[in-house]
Amino acid sequence: MVTMAVSSGFTKRGFAPWAERNLQPLLRIEAVSKRFGEFIAVDQLSLEVFQGEFFALLGPSGCGKTTLLRLIAGFEQPSSGRILLDGVDLGPVPPHRRPVNMMFQSYALFPHLTVEANIAFGLKQEGLPKSEIAARVADMLALVKLESFGRRKPHELSGGQRQRVALARSLVKRPRVLLLDEPMAALDKKLRGETQFELMDLQRRLGLTFVIVTHDQSEAMTVADRIAVMDRGRLMQVAPPAEIYEQPNSRWVADFIGSINLFEGRVGAVAGTIEGTTLGRLRVTGKIDAEPNATVWVAVRPEKIRLIPCAVEPAQRANVENCVLATVVDIGYLGDLSLYKLRTEAGVPLQAAIANIGPPTARGISWNDQVWLSFAPDAAIVLTR
Amino acid sequence: MNPKPHRSRLAGIVLWLPYAWLVVFFLLPFLIVLKISLSQSAIAQPPYMPVFDLSAGWTGIRSFFAGLSLDNYIFLGSDPLYVVSYMKSLQIAAFSTLILLVIGYPIAYAITRTPPRLQAVLVVLVILPFWTSFLIRIYAWMNILQHDGPLNQLLLALHIVRDPPAWLSTNTAVYIGIVYSYLPFMVLPLYAALEKLDQSLLEAAADLGCPRWRTFWAVTLPLSAPGVIAGSLLCFIPIVGEFVIPDLLGGSQTAMIGQAIWSEFFANKDWPAAAAVAVVLVCLLVTPIVIFQHQAMRGMERD
Repeated sequence: MVTMAVSSGFTKRGFAPWAERNLQPLLRIEAVSKRFGEFIAVDQLSLEVFQGEFFALLGPSGCGKTTLLRLIAGFEQPSSGRILLDGVDLGPVPPHRRPVNMMFQSYALFPHLTVEANIAFGLKQEGLPKSEIAARVADMLALVKLESFGRRKPHELSGGQRQRVALARSLVKRPRVLLLDEPMAALDKKLRGETQFELMDLQRRLGLTFVIVTHDQSEAMTVADRIAVMDRGRLMQVAPPAEIYEQPNSRWVADFIGSINLFEGRVGAVAGTIEGTTLGRLRVTGKIDAEPNATVWVAVRPEKIRLIPCAVEPAQRANVENCVLATVVDIGYLGDLSLYKLRTEAGVPLQAAIANIGPPTARGISWNDQVWLSFAPDAAIVLTR
Repeated sequence: MNPKPHRSRLAGIVLWLPYAWLVVFFLLPFLIVLKISLSQSAIAQPPYMPVFDLSAGWTGIRSFFAGLSLDNYIFLGSDPLYVVSYMKSLQIAAFSTLILLVIGYPIAYAITRTPPRLQAVLVVLVILPFWTSFLIRIYAWMNILQHDGPLNQLLLALHIVRDPPAWLSTNTAVYIGIVYSYLPFMVLPLYAALEKLDQSLLEAAADLGCPRWRTFWAVTLPLSAPGVIAGSLLCFIPIVGEFVIPDLLGGSQTAMIGQAIWSEFFANKDWPAAAAVAVVLVCLLVTPIVIFQHQAMRGMERD
């Protein structure tokens, strides 16, 4: 189910090693399953991650994303399938011999050791000379901007500082792949936002491969080159963030990432039409992967819906496609956006998100107002499953 | 600094309760024993003098203090019997504590590695011997260890020994009795410390290239140190003063200091000498513990 990126316009900085035919992946997961008794945590999952990639595993809790990370780290053994790093099967390699490192969700800093000793721990296991260990620890402390905190114990640090120590400790051995398990879950929202950009910057500068597990879709969208959306141990879609959002491959992915309005219908006889939806006949410009009369779903993101107050009608409405009359049921004011809960005359619920651009007085739409709701044909996605 | 939290009057009383308890049930009895140790043995009721008597007024108090002396302590120092008993007690206690640690640590560690439901059962099993009287369990050991007892019968049946060895009245019997009786006091604090150990720390150590056996020395053992210290103190201190086990299982060669106190009190009726032995024992135990605690606290602050 690994989809080759068809549209390179969605990639970040044109970086798309997965689209190159002859490139060997750094990490290859081959039909891996993991069962805990009756429960199937990871189900026949195959995946490739390339050198230098920032790869995100995204899914609801219990989808198997953390189990997959622990399989790569070696804390769990696959029930079947193989995991290869640089073409070498990791199966017989115990965790302490794998050239991957993990940053734990709880950070798992050793409470009895200082910040320096925590970072040096991995280097000491390699038996490096003391001078080299000290130099590399100092480099790491500088990298995470904790130079003056080396002698402190973890309990003497703030949450954000602890997070950076955990990052430094997992980076100091220069792993082939760095595994990050919900690395920012314990940070407050503002710090999380800053840290996401710092993490991206760090990954790019060091040229390392990161695999991050997160349940926070905005975090995955921000940091990742590609996102693997998981559900119940399976991959639902693997693609760059923009592609996941703009071209979800299923109703499940469309609904999981962001919000979506879905309308069931049939492919019309006339090209680019969907018949029989709850909004009537809809015009779409995107590709339709289905035969005429097949059941499909038209998906429209809330921010792609336009609302025109009834008073403006009818002159502006003349050429507007995909347009119906609706009533404003509720408004959620978020500051930058307002969310409008709407209901059509036929009783179909919808939501629209409108950016609050103009001055507050200019927004003419209020509770119980009648509005013309419309979306452009190229804003609609046609989903076949 | 944080502002001083407001304490209600009730909280103040509750805070003083443990101190009051210690004063009434530890400090006062200790002062009484200390006073007796400074007195002279007498054929009287009570069997020592001087006796504190307020009815004689100021001169009575003065003559009371004049009657106190360090004679008993000088006597203790001059008689090698007591010095040997002290050394023997400390030696048995130290060696027993070491054995308890070596046996108790793997037991506690193994319990933490079982599923949570089984853990509860195993902890109950560890403390299950407490449901039977301590004295009965020691008598049971006398029966097990006697010449034609189950232990020797087993050893003979398995052809491990040809002649049944004598167990009772030996050091070995005392060690068996002590280790058996004190094992729960070692296992429980160790279990409490090991159970708190975050499993992800062990995974982090493995992830950073540390093999399992080295993880034990680098992570598990240092983090369970509070449990090791608590368990060792909990065993070492009462073992030094142990009376019943060496009296019932040991012989003349295992004369511990508890037996010395008993014979002074009840056989010789020399309360002042017995009290002096007891006071020296308390000092012997308290001094190293205070120094150790002080060091441990400083270490914790420094680390």
